[in-house]
Amino acid sequence: MYDIIIIGAGVIGCAAARELSKYNAKILVIEKCEDVCAGTSKANSGIVHSGYDAHSGTRKARFNVEGNRMMDKVCEELDVPFQRIGSLTVCTDESQVSALFALKERGERNGVEGLRVLNRDELLKTEPHIGDGVVAALWAPTAGVICPFKLTIAFAENAAVNGVEFLFDAEVKSVFPENGIWHVKTAEQEYTAAAVVNAAGVYADVFHNMVSAHKINITPRRGDYILLDRAAGGYVRHTIFQMPTKLGKGVLVTPTVHGNTIVGPTAVDVEDREATATTAEGIDSVTQKSALSVKGLPVRQVITSFAGLRAHEDGGDFILGEPDDAPGFFDCAGIESPGLTSAPAVGAYIAGKIKEKLQLSEKEDFIPTRKDILDPKKLTIEERNELIKKEPAYGTIVCRCESVTEGEILDAIRRPVGARSLDGVKRRTRAGMGRCQAGFCSPKVMEILRRELGKDLTEITKCGGDSRIVIERTKDGEKDA
Amino acid sequence: MEIRELTCINCPMGCLLTVTMDGGEIKEISGYTCPRGRTYAEKEVTNPTRIVTSTMKVTGGKKDRVSCKTEHDIPKDKIFEVMEAINAAEAVAPVVIGEVLIANVADTGVDVVATAHAV
Amino acid sequence: MRKIDIVIIGGGPAGLAAAVAAYDSGVDVLILERDEQLGGILNQCIHNGFGLHTFKEELTGPEYAYRYIRQVSHRQIDIRLNTMVMDISPDRVVTAMNREEGMFQIQAKAVILAMGCRERPRGALNIPGYRPAGIFSAGTAQRLVNIEGYMPGKEVVILGSGDIGLIMARRMTLEGAKVKLVAELMPYSGGLKRNIVQCLDDFDIPLRLSHTVVDIEGKEHITAVTIAEVGADRKPIRGTEERYTCDTLLLSCGLIPENELSTAAGVTLSPITGGPVVNESLETDIEGVFACGNVLHVHDLVDYVSEEAAKAGQTAAWYVRGEFSRDRGREIALKAEDGVRYTVPATLDPNRIEDKLTVRFRVGDVYKDAYVSVYFDDARITHKKKRVIAPGEMEQIILTRKQLDEYPDLRTITIKVERE
Repeated sequence: MYDIIIIGAGVIGCAAARELSKYNAKILVIEKCEDVCAGTSKANSGIVHSGYDAHSGTRKARFNVEGNRMMDKVCEELDVPFQRIGSLTVCTDESQVSALFALKERGERNGVEGLRVLNRDELLKTEPHIGDGVVAALWAPTAGVICPFKLTIAFAENAAVNGVEFLFDAEVKSVFPENGIWHVKTAEQEYTAAAVVNAAGVYADVFHNMVSAHKINITPRRGDYILLDRAAGGYVRHTIFQMPTKLGKGVLVTPTVHGNTIVGPTAVDVEDREATATTAEGIDSVTQKSALSVKGLPVRQVITSFAGLRAHEDGGDFILGEPDDAPGFFDCAGIESPGLTSAPAVGAYIAGKIKEKLQLSEKEDFIPTRKDILDPKKLTIEERNELIKKEPAYGTIVCRCESVTEGEILDAIRRPVGARSLDGVKRRTRAGMGRCQAGFCSPKVMEILRRELGKDLTEITKCGGDSRIVIERTKDGEKDA
Repeated sequence: MEIRELTCINCPMGCLLTVTMDGGEIKEISGYTCPRGRTYAEKEVTNPTRIVTSTMKVTGGKKDRVSCKTEHDIPKDKIFEVMEAINAAEAVAPVVIGEVLIANVADTGVDVVATAHAV
Repeated sequence: MRKIDIVIIGGGPAGLAAAVAAYDSGVDVLILERDEQLGGILNQCIHNGFGLHTFKEELTGPEYAYRYIRQVSHRQIDIRLNTMVMDISPDRVVTAMNREEGMFQIQAKAVILAMGCRERPRGALNIPGYRPAGIFSAGTAQRLVNIEGYMPGKEVVILGSGDIGLIMARRMTLEGAKVKLVAELMPYSGGLKRNIVQCLDDFDIPLRLSHTVVDIEGKEHITAVTIAEVGADRKPIRGTEERYTCDTLLLSCGLIPENELSTAAGVTLSPITGGPVVNESLETDIEGVFACGNVLHVHDLVDYVSEEAAKAGQTAAWYVRGEFSRDRGREIALKAEDGVRYTVPATLDPNRIEDKLTVRFRVGDVYKDAYVSVYFDDARITHKKKRVIAPGEMEQIILTRKQLDEYPDLRTITIKVERE
C-alpha cells in the first residue's frame, strides 16, 4: 500500500512527485512508457511563458505566473538550463496595435511584470530579422526558454533520491476506490494508495471519467515543429510569438536553451492520442507562417521535425484537484500550454492539497538539490584532464555533433531513474540530437547501453516497447549469447 | 528465340542492350555503342559472373565478424550457394588479410579469402 | 606545446594518402583518427570495386585501405587512434582528446583537413510521418551489418539511389532480407550503372525513379511506408500513393562534407560543395590549412580521393619547407557555368603549377552528347564531346602550365557544358 500513486511521469507528474517527496509518504509513479518525459513533455516549444496570454482569473493565468516566478529557484536547485531571454509578441497590422495594448493590460492584471509595447524601430534594434510587415510588439522580459527534458528528468531524479519509486512500461488499465482506498491496476499488477494523482496528459480524461460523474473531454491537439541546426543559432534572440489573426493562431520562432532554433507549432485536433506523425502540410505551414514574424529564416538548416500533442480540455482551462465525487483522486488534467511553465506551481499546489488531505509531515532529511550530468565542455583543459585521468570515459567522444563523451553517457545510464534507451540517453545528454541525428553515434550508444544494462544488442531500443534497433545477428539469424 | 535485355555497366551511358538468343547461341546483339558493350553483352548472356563479398563469423578474437570475398568471380547463379557456405563457415582468429577461409567454395574452383585482419 | 610539421585530421583514404605523400616530401606527419583503426569508412565498405585506377585491380574497401595503412606503417608515420580533434584555431593550434593523453594541443606548421563526409539524415529530408525505430541512413545500417554483425530488419525499403543505398540493397538481400524497392526522388539515379545492375537488377529489386516517401507508419517500430510519384517540381502527385509494409527504411539521400572543424579554423566554405574553397595547392583561405577527399567535395571514386590527397600532402609539405612562394603573382579564377556546378580548385596561380593541374567538377543534370568546354577569358581552349555526363560522376579536365603560360593576361577560366 502506497500513500500516493501518481499516474504519468511527464513534467506534471514528476513535479508533483518531487514536491510530495518533501513529505514523509510512500509514493509510486506509474508510467506507461519506458522513461520519464515520453509524451507531451518531450515535444513542445520549451518556453517559460510570461503569463499575459491566459484570461485573467483562470487557473492557466494563475499557475503560469506562479510557475514563472518559481522557475529560477527550481532550476537553480535542480541544475536545469533556463534562460530568461524574454518574448516578443509581434503584430503585423496597425489595426491590431490596440489589441496588443489589451494583451499588455491583461498581462498586468495577471501579475506579469515589465510588459512594454515596442514600436518597429525599437524592435529592429533588438531583432534585426523581424518581418517587414511587423509594426509593433509586446515585450515580456520575464519569458524564457528551458529544456523540457531536463526539467522533467531533474524533477524525477530528485524525487527518486528522496524516496519516490518509479514504475515504467506499466500502463494503468483501471482506477477505482474501494472502502476509501484507491486501487490502480496495470496489466500485470494491482497497486493501492490513499491518494491518486492523475497526471496522465492526453489520457487524463480517461482516468478522471473512471472515477467521477462530472465528465471531462480531452482532445489531443497536434502541433508540428521544425528544429534548426545550431549553425543557424542567434538568428533570433528572443521568443517571437505572433498575434492571432483571422488566418488563425500564428507560430513561434525561438532560440532553444541549447542554441538551436525551433519553429512551430501547428494546431490540428486529432482523435488518436498517440498520433504524433508529422504531415507535409504541417511542416510547410510552420515554415510559411514563420515568415510573417521573422524574415529569411534559414529553414534549409532543419535537422529534424517532430509533432507533439497538447491535452486540450473542452473547458479550455487546467483542471486541478479533487472532483467532489472522488475524494483522494487529484486531477491534473487539461494541461496544455502554459503547462510546462506552470509545472512547478501545479506540482506544489497538488502536493499542498494532498499534504492536507493525508496530513503528511515534512521530511527532515529532504535533499532539495540535484546536480545535472557533468558537462565537460564547461571545464578548462586542466580540469578536463583531471577528470579524464580519474575517469577515462570522459576522454572518448561518442556523439561528435554535440561533443558528448562516454563519461556523460555512463552517468546518464547510472544515475537514479537512468536512461535505458537511445532516446533516454539523447534527452539526458544530447547525444544524437545534433545535425547528423544519431547516424554516427547510435551504434556506439547502443553498445554502451548493452554493456551497462547487461542486455543483448537486439534488446536495446530507441524508446522502449517494440522500438528495437537491430533484430538479429547476421549469419543464421542466431541470437547473440 | 529468346530475347534478353541488359543494361551495359561499362560507363554512365548505361546503353540498353538487346541480345537475341537461340538455344544458348547468340544470334544478334544490338543497342551497344562501343565494343565494350558488345563484349559485356556476350559475357552476360553466356557466362555471367560476380565477385561475392560478405562477412564471416570469427571465434577466439576481439571481433566476431571478418569481411571476406570470393577471390575471383564466380558464376552468377551460384551467388546464394556461396552465401550459404560463407554463412555456415567459421574462421578462427587471428585471421590475416588474404587468408583462405573456404577453399573451392560451392565447387566453383574459387576460394573465399579474408579481406581484413581479425585479431 | 608540442610542435609538428603537418597534422592530418582523419585517417581515412584521404588522410592516409596525404600522410604518405607529405612524409615522402620530407616532413614530420601526425595523423589524428577518431576511430579505433585507420581506414575510415572503407572499413565498412566490404564490397569490391575500389582501386581500379590506382592499383589496376578490384579491391574491397578494407583491402584498399590496407594498401595505404601498410605504406603508413612502413614509414612509421606517427598516428593517434581513438583521438577526437575538438578544435583547430586559425593559427593552426590543433586541440585533440583521447582517453590516455586527455586533452592536448599541438602547434602545426600545416594542417590537412581529411575528415570525410556524413550522410544527410531523415530530419533534413522533411519526410512526414512518425519517428519510429527502424529508420537508418544507409551508412549506419552498413556499419551495423558489416562491422557489428547485426541485422536492422528483414523487409527493407530504400529511399535514394546513391551508391551506398544500392550497395546496401544487395548486402541486405545476401544476408536474407527482402528489399522491396529503391525509390529515387530524381528522374535519374545518382549511383553507378554497375551498382544498379549488380545490386538491384541481379536480385530483381525495382528502382522507382521520380518517387519519394510521403508517409512513415509505426509508432514504436516502422511498419510501413507510403511512396508516391513526384512531378517535375519534385512534389508528390496525389493519387500515385502506394503503401509498402517494411521493418526497415534506409536513406541514401546524399552526403555532406563534414566541416565543423574547418569552420572553427575560419575556413571559407563553398555553398555548392559544402567543402572549403581551395586554390591549386588545395590550400584553403586560411594559410597553411589544406583540404582533400570528401571533406573538400564528395567524390565518386576513392581512387580520386587518394590522388587528390597525395597532392594536398605534397603541397602542404612544400608549404612547410618554404618552397612555395607566398607571393602570389597572379590569381586566376575558375568559374563553373552552364550546367557545371562547381570546380575544385576555385582559383589557381600558374606559378605554383609544376606541369599540369587537374580540375575536378560535377554537373547538375544528365547531358547526352554534349560538350565540356574550357574558356580562357573569352577564348575557347578545349571543346570535348562527351557521350554522357551525369551528376553522379565526377568529371575532370587537365590544364597544363604550358597552356597557362601562353596567356599571361588570363583572368578567368570558365568551364561549361555546351550543347554544340
